[in-house]
Amino acid sequence: MKVRATQAIMECLLEQEVDTVFGYPGGTILNLYDELYNYKDKIRHVLTAHEQGASHAADGYARSTGKVGVCFATSGPGATNLTTGIATAYMDSSPVVFITCNVSEDLLGKDSFQEVDITGIAMPITKATYLVRDPQTIPDIMRQAFAVAATGRPGPVLIDFLKNVTALNTMIDYEFIPWTQNRSTNSIRELAINHGLKAPEPDIGDINKLVDMIAQSERPLLICGGGVVRGRADQQFREFAEKLDAPVAITVMGGGGFPGAHPLTTGMIGMHGSQASNVACNECDLLIAVGCRFSDRVALQPDTFASQAKIVHIDIDRSEIDKNVLTDHHIIGSAKRVLELLNDRLPQYSHKEWKEHILPLRAEQPVEGGDKLTPGQVLDAIQKAVPHDTIVATDVGQHQMWSIQHFHFEYPGQLLTSGGFGTMGFGLGAAIGAKMGNPDKVVVHTTGDGCFRMNCHELATVQYYHLPIITVVFNNGTLGMVRQWQHLIYHEHYSQTTLDRGPDFVKLAQAYGLKGKRVTNRAEMEAALQEALSCGCGYVIDAQIDMDEMVRPMVAGGAHITDFLLK
Amino acid sequence: MKKTFDTEKKLYTLSLLVQDIPGVLSQVARLFSRKGYNIESIVSGETSQPGVTRITIVILGDELMVNQIAAQCRKLIPVMVVKILDEETSIQREFAMIKVKAVDRNARDEVIQMANIFRANIIDVSRETLTVAIFGDKSKTTALIDLLDDFGILEMAKTGTLAIERGRSSIYDDNKLREEYNYGKNVL
Repeated sequence: MKVRATQAIMECLLEQEVDTVFGYPGGTILNLYDELYNYKDKIRHVLTAHEQGASHAADGYARSTGKVGVCFATSGPGATNLTTGIATAYMDSSPVVFITCNVSEDLLGKDSFQEVDITGIAMPITKATYLVRDPQTIPDIMRQAFAVAATGRPGPVLIDFLKNVTALNTMIDYEFIPWTQNRSTNSIRELAINHGLKAPEPDIGDINKLVDMIAQSERPLLICGGGVVRGRADQQFREFAEKLDAPVAITVMGGGGFPGAHPLTTGMIGMHGSQASNVACNECDLLIAVGCRFSDRVALQPDTFASQAKIVHIDIDRSEIDKNVLTDHHIIGSAKRVLELLNDRLPQYSHKEWKEHILPLRAEQPVEGGDKLTPGQVLDAIQKAVPHDTIVATDVGQHQMWSIQHFHFEYPGQLLTSGGFGTMGFGLGAAIGAKMGNPDKVVVHTTGDGCFRMNCHELATVQYYHLPIITVVFNNGTLGMVRQWQHLIYHEHYSQTTLDRGPDFVKLAQAYGLKGKRVTNRAEMEAALQEALSCGCGYVIDAQIDMDEMVRPMVAGGAHITDFLLK
Repeated sequence: MKKTFDTEKKLYTLSLLVQDIPGVLSQVARLFSRKGYNIESIVSGETSQPGVTRITIVILGDELMVNQIAAQCRKLIPVMVVKILDEETSIQREFAMIKVKAVDRNARDEVIQMANIFRANIIDVSRETLTVAIFGDKSKTTALIDLLDDFGILEMAKTGTLAIERGRSSIYDDNKLREEYNYGKNVL
């Protein structure tokens, strides 16, 4: 069948069951948007205020639904505005297909208006980039891009179409193949052959070796990493932890991979990890890390990390093994499959003594009383007001750590946070994407005054699409996390971190046609939350907290994991 | 048992098989620069399989670093195989063309003699110059270049090191490590 090139692009999106795309039009991508006009009943396009917002929204959509997110942008500045979003998705292994258009072939390489080498720019922050110069290759490249983004360790992919490739009079051969059946199409088959065409299966010898190591261990500790979340292996992980009867430490990216309220949970591990997690890590004799990459925020001091333990690393990406921390054993495979195979072979263990030593260290801090609003009160009020399956999107900094420490996440995709790249301004975009993908769930966006100012223009998107997202600004009038470091390490030189310059977030919300309220104590916070939950529109709560609140506990970067700077 | 690594810095040779697609060489080269590793030499050329290119890279580093860079290379989608070649079990060669000043008969005779000793070839002659082509391992080419320098080298074109394993084993051999990397890249 002969179809227009742009039509083939839309049909390829439909092959992948894409029904929502985020983006922003412009000169070179006009042809694609013209075709989108014909497909408006099948593909919903969400127009954001800025390309960066679109990139985070597509990312948030992908993280919360487990599907591949799609984001459109034009050439030049449109494309470069995506880069922070692409890098964010890359660091947290989120599957997003970014589609940009570039100038025509005859203008390529001539420094033409709005021309940039985006495939070159995006190369180190994507799994793959494609520059499409021949319209006939569109279906192959689209299918391959989606396959690469979603399989193995997921991640972003960028496709850059030259404008002449998308010209409306360009006709190409095209046949609709649902994604479940496209594995035999040319480019995917070729890719598979190059990488050993067989059903990938973890090595049974490696599995059995770990089973033996577990049998010899008296003090095992599990780390639940982002791989458990991305691989949606939460059920298998829970069964594994319960069979092993071992404490479970959760990384920032692992939030939602293991129930936060489970009796075996020791909470977060690493720089702002709980006493229980960090002490357990130091004293365990077997550390089994699933889908985690031992980043410098977890393995603060790689040489002494879990120094008494045999370290076992389970990951889908072989290049993570021995990258940050040297291991004793590893298993390559998807978290789900590896844990299934392990669960089949494991008897029920009991590590009563070890648990009794570690788990009591995880004493939940009581929420402070008093008239002055504290972060603990804000979070406690949110947790008590919203349904337990509420999706939480955070920005980056103190409020992020408080949110992750406080909330008990129950399922993968419930916590959306930029753990790897630490992108300020990620939260609101991600919340928009999450709400688009999960219209039945309540979405709360926690942010700080510094982060919120970075992408608060997306309130326009929240208003236009009637998204009842609750934004809670932990407003301390400072870049809190940086201030905390300045306080502890830089002799209280508060260099350029005080944000004594507005805006008035309540008025800002109103300016965008939304509602907002400033709260200074717990009662006002609770009242505002009730109003936010019932108003049916976007709502901004400006929670006034003290500038000197700190994230506790804290271990300095590069220090031993139990050398707490703050308890 | 945790692994131990040789901490002595030396030259390592990496052989890569990559899909011959636009940008693949820059993708590989950029990996080295963004990880802060210096490429001593890089050679890229076709293989007996259509659509597959072989890249040979020599870098200076310690064992852990070389393992890291090999791991990062293997992770790239167009990269099919990466093998760290060992000096004892592989053959390494390079090729150079050297244009030497030789204005009088004496100089010309001497250069020709030198070339003969090294089993190099004279591939071009003019009234004032001789161009010598040499093929051999790094120590041999370096020694000849050093000697020819006395006559005055006008210009030189030299490849980086090419390498291939001795005996039956080849870069195509399957092994567990290769399978482990392919696991994460399999699109099925």
